[in-house]
Amino acid sequence: MSVIYDEINTRQAFGIALAEYAKDDHRVFAIGADTTKSMGFQELAKLQPDRVINNGIAEQNMMLLGAGLAACGAKVFVGTYAPFASMRMLEQVRTFCAYPNLDVKIISGLGGLSGAIEGVTHQGIEDLSLMRCIPNMVVVCPADANATRVITREIAKYQGPVYLRIGRTPVPRVFDSSYQFRIGKANVLKEEGRDATLICNGAAVYRALEAEKLLTQKGYSVRVVEMPCVKPLDVQAVLDSAKKTRALVTVEENNVLGGLGGAVSEALAENDPTPVYRIGIEDQYTESGSHEELMDKYHLLPSHIAQMTEKLIEERNKGDGAWR
Amino acid sequence: MYDELRKTANTLRRDVMEIARHAAGPSHPGPALSCCDIVTALYFHIMRVDPKRPQWEDRDRLILSKGHACPVVYAALARKGYFPLQDLTTVRRIGSYLQGHPDMKKTPGIDMTSGSLGNGLGAGAGMALYAKRMKKDFHTFVILGDGECQEGVVWEAAMCAAAMRLDKLIAIVDYNHLQSCGAVEDILPMEFMEDKWKAFGWNVLSVNGHHMEELLCTMETAIHYRGRPTVVIAHTVKGKGVSFMEHDNSWHQKIPTEAQYLQAIRELEEEMACL
Repeated sequence: MSVIYDEINTRQAFGIALAEYAKDDHRVFAIGADTTKSMGFQELAKLQPDRVINNGIAEQNMMLLGAGLAACGAKVFVGTYAPFASMRMLEQVRTFCAYPNLDVKIISGLGGLSGAIEGVTHQGIEDLSLMRCIPNMVVVCPADANATRVITREIAKYQGPVYLRIGRTPVPRVFDSSYQFRIGKANVLKEEGRDATLICNGAAVYRALEAEKLLTQKGYSVRVVEMPCVKPLDVQAVLDSAKKTRALVTVEENNVLGGLGGAVSEALAENDPTPVYRIGIEDQYTESGSHEELMDKYHLLPSHIAQMTEKLIEERNKGDGAWR
Repeated sequence: MYDELRKTANTLRRDVMEIARHAAGPSHPGPALSCCDIVTALYFHIMRVDPKRPQWEDRDRLILSKGHACPVVYAALARKGYFPLQDLTTVRRIGSYLQGHPDMKKTPGIDMTSGSLGNGLGAGAGMALYAKRMKKDFHTFVILGDGECQEGVVWEAAMCAAAMRLDKLIAIVDYNHLQSCGAVEDILPMEFMEDKWKAFGWNVLSVNGHHMEELLCTMETAIHYRGRPTVVIAHTVKGKGVSFMEHDNSWHQKIPTEAQYLQAIRELEEEMACL
């Protein structure tokens, strides 16, 4: 089967949407740490060059500039690559952006394994977990370019800190321009499943949908839920899925500790203990390779997702509680 | 005018001692007394602020990057009328809006959360950038410690502010030569302080940080300087104004005994009588 890839990557999609938004909002500033070109800010720079700042290779200062601007009333977008956005400047994000609840959006490129051939230094495989434990922070992970455009528009309207994780190269298209997004709301992509639910986000959504096809071929009926917000989590969508299918598999391009898998497991443990299997990067470092090769190798191969889902369904059906 | 400001500084020193005596646990009297004259000059003469409108968008901003010295800023804000004076004794207490380090969302008059060292200058640069791009004429003042300048992010901000020609950004280094564990010169020397800032592209002024006439004159020069940000290297004494605290780094963070507190108040009263 041929895969249809997006014509643009999610960074470009973000940049186009930001430039569109800024036409109607004179408070917008965008800052990059020598990343203004690579994070898609050039679209805004074409229209409003004095609002796009390259502050040099200095991520911590970038976040502080953003905090100072936002404290005066600006709506700020700071952009760099996921490991730097989530770790190099993490304290500045926490203490000077999230703690005072300032209106700064952290745009994080090369998220998940999309840092690809650059290797571990440039791959963001812990960022969702790190950002999720910071109070006031909204954490969003779009699936493709169309979703990124819609999500960019919606988070721009929101007043407060947001971490938006995007990728690097075009990814398989999942959504069209009618994609809907509300902060804290899941999208049910396949409603009618009975045997299990796949809860997914980011570039893993396409992989989960492929896995669902494989499971259907084997006679299973699987529900698929896109959870673009790791925080705030749509707990009701998780609980609805648990009630309907009694087995959940999370699929994400992140360490299985603390990200989407962690969030879903916590919601279930507290509200409705249900068998879960977390698929993602298994608390390990990855390596250089193409994005697709890395997704295949680090547990996001559709056949692996299907296999683990099938295993969970069968164990659940045994009813002896020995899930894992 | 200068005598009035010296009296105000004396009053703020008494407030710092009240906080040191009554706060929940130890506060930082030494670092607060060190920058007391600087804070007095800024809030009571230089800065354009309105206590009735703490969020006034055209106000001058102050960031106490060495946020642990916040008792002196809390005292200044209370004396300006941002909040009741009697609340100063709630510093560091549970439920208080006067946190252990400045919190812009809890305390009226605090323009930026601070206290994690090194981060105030970058935030100040962001404010000055906002003024420049939005055609506002407010100034942003940032008070740093000399020990704090060991943080690398200070110099990221210094490079950036100079590159962006943020001439309405004024940094003040409270250069008292002491940090938590001892002498700055013994731990990680910050000598050639003026040369460091010059090399980073700043307009550099030096001043006796306890001499009110000099402070005002230097600040006026700084706010009228154009083309580059200005740093005022203020030569200061940690614990200034209380004899047994001066140059004694044990007062970086400590609660005075009742006898020490009374002696400090007596000394400050004697000084006030001479002003």
